[in-house]
Amino acid sequence: MSAEGLLSVRDLRVGFATEGGLLQAVDGVSFDVRPGEVVAIVGESGSGKSVTAQTMIGLTRSKNSRIEGSVKLDGEELIDADDATMRRLRGERIAMIFQDPMTSFNPVYRLGDQIVEAIRAHKGEVDKGEARKRVVELFESVGIPNAERRVDSYPHEFSGGMRQRAMIAMALALEPEVLIADEPTTALDVTIQAQILRLLEDLNRQHGLATILITHDLGVVAEVADRVLVMYAGRVVEQGTLDEIFYDPQHPYTWGLMGSLTRLDRPRPHRLPQIAGSPPSLLDLPEGCPFRPRCPHEFSKCSQDPGLEVRLPDVPDHRDRCWLTPEQKREKRQVEGQIGLEAPQEAPRA
Amino acid sequence: MNDGPANTGAPLLEVTDLVKHFPIKSGVLIDREVDQVRAVDGISFKVEKGETLGLVGESGSGKSTACRAVLQLLEPTSGSVKFEGREIAGLGRRQMRPLRREMQMIFQDPYASLNPRKRIGQIVGDPLQRQGVARGGDLRRQVQELLERVGLAGEHYNRFPHEFSGGQRQRIGIARALALKPKLVICDEPVSALDVSIQAQIVNLLDDLQDELGLAYLFVAHDIGVVRHISDRIAVMNEGKIVEQGTADQVCEHPKDDYTKKLLAAVPIPDPKESRERVRNG
Repeated sequence: MSAEGLLSVRDLRVGFATEGGLLQAVDGVSFDVRPGEVVAIVGESGSGKSVTAQTMIGLTRSKNSRIEGSVKLDGEELIDADDATMRRLRGERIAMIFQDPMTSFNPVYRLGDQIVEAIRAHKGEVDKGEARKRVVELFESVGIPNAERRVDSYPHEFSGGMRQRAMIAMALALEPEVLIADEPTTALDVTIQAQILRLLEDLNRQHGLATILITHDLGVVAEVADRVLVMYAGRVVEQGTLDEIFYDPQHPYTWGLMGSLTRLDRPRPHRLPQIAGSPPSLLDLPEGCPFRPRCPHEFSKCSQDPGLEVRLPDVPDHRDRCWLTPEQKREKRQVEGQIGLEAPQEAPRA
Repeated sequence: MNDGPANTGAPLLEVTDLVKHFPIKSGVLIDREVDQVRAVDGISFKVEKGETLGLVGESGSGKSTACRAVLQLLEPTSGSVKFEGREIAGLGRRQMRPLRREMQMIFQDPYASLNPRKRIGQIVGDPLQRQGVARGGDLRRQVQELLERVGLAGEHYNRFPHEFSGGQRQRIGIARALALKPKLVICDEPVSALDVSIQAQIVNLLDDLQDELGLAYLFVAHDIGVVRHISDRIAVMNEGKIVEQGTADQVCEHPKDDYTKKLLAAVPIPDPKESRERVRNG
């Protein structure tokens, strides 16, 4: 992989001790995020995408978690940093936006006061009046109308979209360098989602934020991401640039995800291609490739773990976890009844 | 059903000027009605036998209230709901009872819509038993057939809901809805709580069941892509009203109403080149 980014994750592994044994929620994730770049982590529930994000800012630390690997911010190791250091970093250098704007604020305090408190917790020297002024500016910058008045509102007085804007304002309050957005638009209506995505893009460009976007929605990925990691059962099955993932995907799971989307810009297929079965339990993973039981292209070699490797000789940044040769993949990924990309018009209409 | 279909030429479901307003009350001791929430504000549509009408709209547009008012789970403020030509708006619980066989519902959240303390066999068999359709060994056989029909196994009969994944639970919900061989199934966001790879399975299952059993669906969802895939016709709801109605392709490819256009334009396209193009064109 090329030069290290502002945030660099190497072979991150997160396990949780459960009654049923060690649950390996994240198994060997590596990536870099550079300033001004959006890296999307895509996966279904239980794929390990949120655990990856939470571990980066120390939110999964507990007696029962087993965390290995490295997460470096500007060269500084975060995995074994003490709690005081992490508390300082969170908010100041790395901020996180959560999925549910309904539950991310305390309902009994005014929004402005909650953000003022966040600012003053990190910067004690800022007095309340100044901090409040800052909050008004922030509200304006994320497009909340009547910012001067709205800082005194309670969370329930805001709509979902406005609350998510307030959440983003809070995340930006201390001018972080890295922003982690965990399903930031999943709870929102599409028209509001479009506004929030546009806002995140603008902020990303203006402030040169390094952004990690966690989502299950490939449509959202296509709109904002520069690079993509596709996760399945705690592992990255494929990672590469946005265009590589969308126009030359190498892993059957990625094909399945793309194929099962309903698309408004294409004629509707008679039947939606679907991935059979359901994701495996992390406590009872199949041997070898975790996608093997659901994969229509499974063959003898799949009982060994293919590992996340560079398999396209001319694309050194693209990695995938599948034994098929690139030629086989390009041939097989077209719809074969169950899984894959739409065969006839693979080229985009653009 | 007991009274026989009133008019065989009539659409399966015909909703005319359906209104459901909720009062907003204020006052400490005496509630005064100060205003109304116009959740459903005069909507009309038809569902023919064996067809799927998709109802799309954003949260708060009134889609779910409309479903509940159609099923008489909420009493409509005014308007008419005809099932096979027979007026059902305002019918009491008892009068609705025989009709409940004919129209069933599938719910959004497969985690909340199954009683966690009952076995799958009881959950799916309950409507059969309550309506006195089957009992004993016959009941068990019918339930097992239903489970197999929705892609589960007969052995699942004695299991509890927590032993199943979200997609499987939704299949159980579908089996329960089909138990009484309804003519109309109202699906309220049936796939929005599911993962993408599972969504496609459920959508295809609903499609197959429609072909096999000649069901009509009123398919309510906020995801226009899914609605377009499954529907013959689509009605778009906004602020309690239907703003546009037409065939699925008509509405999605040549929308006439401004709100529909705005809604369609906001749906992200899973194609980076296309989406860059869209940004460039504003």
